[in-house]
Amino acid sequence: MTALLEVDDLHVRIPTPAGELHAVRGISLSVRRGETLCIVGESGCGKSLTSLAIMGLLPREARRSAARLAFDGVDLAGGSRRAIAGLRGNRMAMIFQDPMTSLNPAFTIGDQLVETMLAHRKVGRAAAVDRAVHLLERVGIAAAAARLGQYPHQLSGGLRQRVMIAMALMCGPDLIIADEPTTALDVTIQAQILRLLRDLQAELGIAILLITHDLGVVARVADRIGVMYAGEMVEEGAVGAVFERPSHPYTRALLGCIPIPGRTPRRSPLGAIPGIVPSLVGTIQGCAFAGRCTHAHEACAGTIPVRTLGAGHRSRCTLAPDTFEAAARTASLGAIGR
Amino acid sequence: MLSYALRRLIIGVLVMFVVSGITFTLTNAAIDPARAIAGEGATSDDVEAIRKSYGFDRPLAARYVAWLGQALQGDLGSSYRQRRPVVDVIMERLPVTLKLGGLALAFALVLSIPLAIAAALRPNSWIDRIALLFALFGQAMPTFWFALLGIVVFSVNLRWLPASGSGTTAHFILPAIALGYYAAPTLMRLMRAGMIDVLASDYIRTARAKGLSEARVVLKHALRNAVLPVVSVAAVQFGFMLGGSVVIETIFAMQGVGYLAWESISLSDLPVTQAIVLMISLIYIVLTLSADLLNAWLDPRIRIG
Repeated sequence: MTALLEVDDLHVRIPTPAGELHAVRGISLSVRRGETLCIVGESGCGKSLTSLAIMGLLPREARRSAARLAFDGVDLAGGSRRAIAGLRGNRMAMIFQDPMTSLNPAFTIGDQLVETMLAHRKVGRAAAVDRAVHLLERVGIAAAAARLGQYPHQLSGGLRQRVMIAMALMCGPDLIIADEPTTALDVTIQAQILRLLRDLQAELGIAILLITHDLGVVARVADRIGVMYAGEMVEEGAVGAVFERPSHPYTRALLGCIPIPGRTPRRSPLGAIPGIVPSLVGTIQGCAFAGRCTHAHEACAGTIPVRTLGAGHRSRCTLAPDTFEAAARTASLGAIGR
Repeated sequence: MLSYALRRLIIGVLVMFVVSGITFTLTNAAIDPARAIAGEGATSDDVEAIRKSYGFDRPLAARYVAWLGQALQGDLGSSYRQRRPVVDVIMERLPVTLKLGGLALAFALVLSIPLAIAAALRPNSWIDRIALLFALFGQAMPTFWFALLGIVVFSVNLRWLPASGSGTTAHFILPAIALGYYAAPTLMRLMRAGMIDVLASDYIRTARAKGLSEARVVLKHALRNAVLPVVSVAAVQFGFMLGGSVVIETIFAMQGVGYLAWESISLSDLPVTQAIVLMISLIYIVLTLSADLLNAWLDPRIRIG
């Protein structure tokens, strides 16, 4: 089965006074029908720009290029504007990070829900209103019909994000791109929203491309994971494989930063990654992570190979994962010896 | 919405009272009404006699209350010069000023809003530069000079439009353009800045993500939010056009309220001057009230607190 969303060698460049910011540096990914791909990475690694580039919502000054950028066979990079506008909000929908600012304050919830459907389907307003009520109920909003007449400022953040999800579902999309959908919400609401997304996916068979910096979110919802660093995909694979056998030093460091109840020993120091993300202005020679990597050696300044470690599990690193495991064993043995 | 409107209305009425008090005090302090009526050649005995017979020897507060009592019944006194009720004198002139102000505001809005939207859609493009240049000229050029320029080009040289009077609609075209072009730059800049801000907001990105047409994104989602500050300023501008078109009305010899104000002040016609100030403040209050109500209608965050 071919992938629903295919991205090959995607670049995003933004001109700045300091020079050209090469924010996304050759990302390739694919999302199959009904699966969830999570893209994780630190702030500024280009994950949000990747999602906006796919939706064609980049800021005006940003330039996008890709060897292939296709949704269900429709070329998003070179296709007609009409064809792409016809997909947006219809077969591919997007949920944003901040529900407080993502809804238009001047129009009712109902109006904003209904217009999505009226823009893409030849249906009457009454049918669209029915669908809106149905979806608001489905995303767990009580008294849905009464909510239609309310304005965004009358709803809490959690409710607004539910409205955003209902809005994304209006036309029954095949793919939802969610850019940090829970980051701006309370922890309890975060869990509810994630469960809702997972349930909807199981029920409706929607593919989800979820952008997050939160590995806890990834563990809950992802089928596959892509780890981004400095505009590049450094590791990708099935979520189990990557979590059990993280192969890129960055992924390993990232996982080391999270305490796992029951596994991380009490009072042991949490991991932190030394140094800062390199500037994305200009070109980066070799591995972008080399400056912060404890395993860096001469080869890291050259061309970095992409290693295939298992079915769909790839890592962009000069070293085989066994090397780190050996090193880690030696280190822990050394610690015990002392 | 109704209680909001009522609250605003009560505040408006209070402002009217304060303005009327200040106006009455200031005009009576600046001009001795008895001397103004008596004229320049009158003896001091004549002035005193007039002072007594008109009741100007009473305390200012008592006179204010008496004047206010009459004013509330629609009687603003009689013009010293024209010997007719002030209300009649003003009502005769008001239509000209209203028509001039209305046309000028329409011209300013029709010119500035589309230009501002076009400029905001592509900041720093050629259309944006033209819009800013246009605004710069409008702000830098004195109204009277622009008006005279208009007369020279369109009345004297081309003979397309009349240069003075207020008899036909054609008479209003040049003055309305001169007055409107003075107001347009502020509206244009405000609209452009608001539009640029709004177009960069998250909910515009959401609207685009929904696959709405660009026209719908700009004219529905962006315009509704960007026009809010423009409404308030346009109302004040309109008030200025109605009250402050003295220069334009004088240049084009239009029989409007602005010209009347200038006449009354120079002739010390106290009741007319007072009434005009009062009328202008009433116009401002009505306009800001309508602007507030319009904004509340446009922005649910004001309407539903």
